[in-house]
Amino acid sequence: MSPAGTALPHAPGFIANDTPRIVTSRFEYEDSYTLERYLATGGYEGIRAALGRPPAEVHGEVRDATVLGRGGAGFPAGVKWGFMPPNVWPRYLVVNGDESEPGTYKDRLLMERDPHQLIEGCLIACYAVGLSRCFLYIRGEMALAQERVAKALNDAYAAGYVGRNVLGSGFSVDIVLHWGAGAYVVGEETALIESLEGNRGMPRLKPPYFPAAIGLYGKPTIVNNVETLANLPWILNNGAAAYKAIGTETSPGTRMVAVSGHVERPGVYEIINGTTTFRDLLYNDEYCGGIRGGRALKAFVPGGGSAPWFTPDQLDLPFEGSQIGPQGSMLGSGAVMVMDETTDIPKAALSLTRFYAHESCGKCVPCREGGTWLERILSRVVDGNGTRRDLDLLLEVGASICPGDFPHASNERLGLSASPFPYQMTTICFVGPSAFAPVHSALTLFPEEFEARVRDDDPSDDASTDRPKGVPVELKGLTHGG
Amino acid sequence: MSRLNAGNEMLAREIIARYPLPKSALIPLLHLAQEQDGHITNDAMEHLAELVGVTPAEVLGTCSFYEMFKLAPTGRYLVNICGTMSCQLLGADELLHHAEHVLGVAVGGTTDDGRFTLEKAECQAACTEAPCLQVNYRHEYRVTPSDFDRLVADLRSGARDIPEHGTLSRVRQHIPANRSVGAVPPQQVTGPPEWLPTEEAK
Repeated sequence: MSPAGTALPHAPGFIANDTPRIVTSRFEYEDSYTLERYLATGGYEGIRAALGRPPAEVHGEVRDATVLGRGGAGFPAGVKWGFMPPNVWPRYLVVNGDESEPGTYKDRLLMERDPHQLIEGCLIACYAVGLSRCFLYIRGEMALAQERVAKALNDAYAAGYVGRNVLGSGFSVDIVLHWGAGAYVVGEETALIESLEGNRGMPRLKPPYFPAAIGLYGKPTIVNNVETLANLPWILNNGAAAYKAIGTETSPGTRMVAVSGHVERPGVYEIINGTTTFRDLLYNDEYCGGIRGGRALKAFVPGGGSAPWFTPDQLDLPFEGSQIGPQGSMLGSGAVMVMDETTDIPKAALSLTRFYAHESCGKCVPCREGGTWLERILSRVVDGNGTRRDLDLLLEVGASICPGDFPHASNERLGLSASPFPYQMTTICFVGPSAFAPVHSALTLFPEEFEARVRDDDPSDDASTDRPKGVPVELKGLTHGG
Repeated sequence: MSRLNAGNEMLAREIIARYPLPKSALIPLLHLAQEQDGHITNDAMEHLAELVGVTPAEVLGTCSFYEMFKLAPTGRYLVNICGTMSCQLLGADELLHHAEHVLGVAVGGTTDDGRFTLEKAECQAACTEAPCLQVNYRHEYRVTPSDFDRLVADLRSGARDIPEHGTLSRVRQHIPANRSVGAVPPQQVTGPPEWLPTEEAK
């Protein structure tokens, strides 16, 4: 093991620490991605153990471990598997390696540094739920991950770990490498399935909320995130009880978190789930070692670009979903983005809103139009061309995507109490609400930065905003829910 | 311009055979066409339509949704500079400005020698290594302006091992015939996998 806080040159971004290592245990090795290294470090023992037990028992072991999905929603994998309708065939597993949520950087590392661990996780899942065809969907812009996984699959097929009659057990499964072509929305699981069918990657209407019943080609389909599956070999080797002994009852095990932005040591860390707090992660020497240059923390995004923001008031919250939700945000995909006191808040919010506006697939009008308008209005505010009315307009456009109370954190300075996650939405997926989240957070938590940026409206100038014609307008105050 | 050449058509058929329905192979096949020609041509789309059994319009429909597919030629090196939050906080705007100045093109432009196309990109999953960029979808981390100058010089002199635009993975998956379970159209599958114990197959 490397000493705590060691950055590994061959795993850019990853920083080793003293936390029990469930999914990053091989990252020390320069050749961690090879079959030789995998086999020399206990590789493919988890599937061997699984094959000695009936599939239902393996499913039970994973359900007992309560492996929370690491893609964003945090839904337990074992429970999700159980949504497969009985006696409907074929069934498919689709692996979501389309990591592209702003701030998120872990699945790519897992695919580049330990592809066999992911393949073994796929094998265990396929065996447990009784299916013979798995598609491993890697984001298009990840050339190295595609190379490493392709090589690993070729080696695993040749060595008898994947394909017909795995390890002589009779269990047979194909794992097919598939790769995308640049579309954030494809990370949404029904859009991922559309894309895998060769279509434009647009989310499907809901219900059904899970593709377990009606998924790929209309057949029962499980979609699991890369990190979720990477946990399975360890669980089969060590048992659900050992997994649950780490972390908390409701958030067991570890999770990978990427911390970026204004910290001394930005990096990807494997942390204990449920108990590690944001303060630990941002300030402990074992992790990020504080805000850069000893500056003060202004705000942070706790769970990827879609998540409402926190301020120093929330630093003592742990990585425990049941505590984060009531405080107005979510843990999402394990991505913390840190803003120090020098940050231009409206500009930072714009960098996220622009992302979601750009990535809207166009299927739902509130997202396609609303995201674009949020970006345009916020842009002119950032450029100093906005008026006071624009700030109301931002909230108003946001309310057309997310009617009602939008979640936000409490804030002592402003005398705000928290409004819980989640929100209501007029769109099929989370891209539209995600365009609004940074705008709403920034306006709610740092109203003075916007007030200072805009000029008063000229009452004689009705065209001072680009308000769409014909839309009834009801002005709202800056205060949330006002 | 061109349809898939004979070698690539064989590869295309191998890829199609991995999917229960042929249209699923469309995105990998579009990548194959882009690897061959550097961008997606009308002839290639017509050829892919024949191969997977859809209309050329359907191929264009899929193709035009995804940003990586280019319907017109790009430079040999596509330089994508990330501008999303983590990179923006650590100097992405300055880096992009510097890149425009050094390459002498605005975002979206291609240099006169056809070597570089500059794009502003969204999050590239390297947020801890900001600001970052990709050259033909291969990452460069914590890029300073002088790093960028060196990168450009290296790419001009051929000192970097980066394949030209269109090539993603240099390793292709190959499933040996004697190891493959095989893809069956979903409507032809009527029961559980044969290896599943009968009492579990419900």
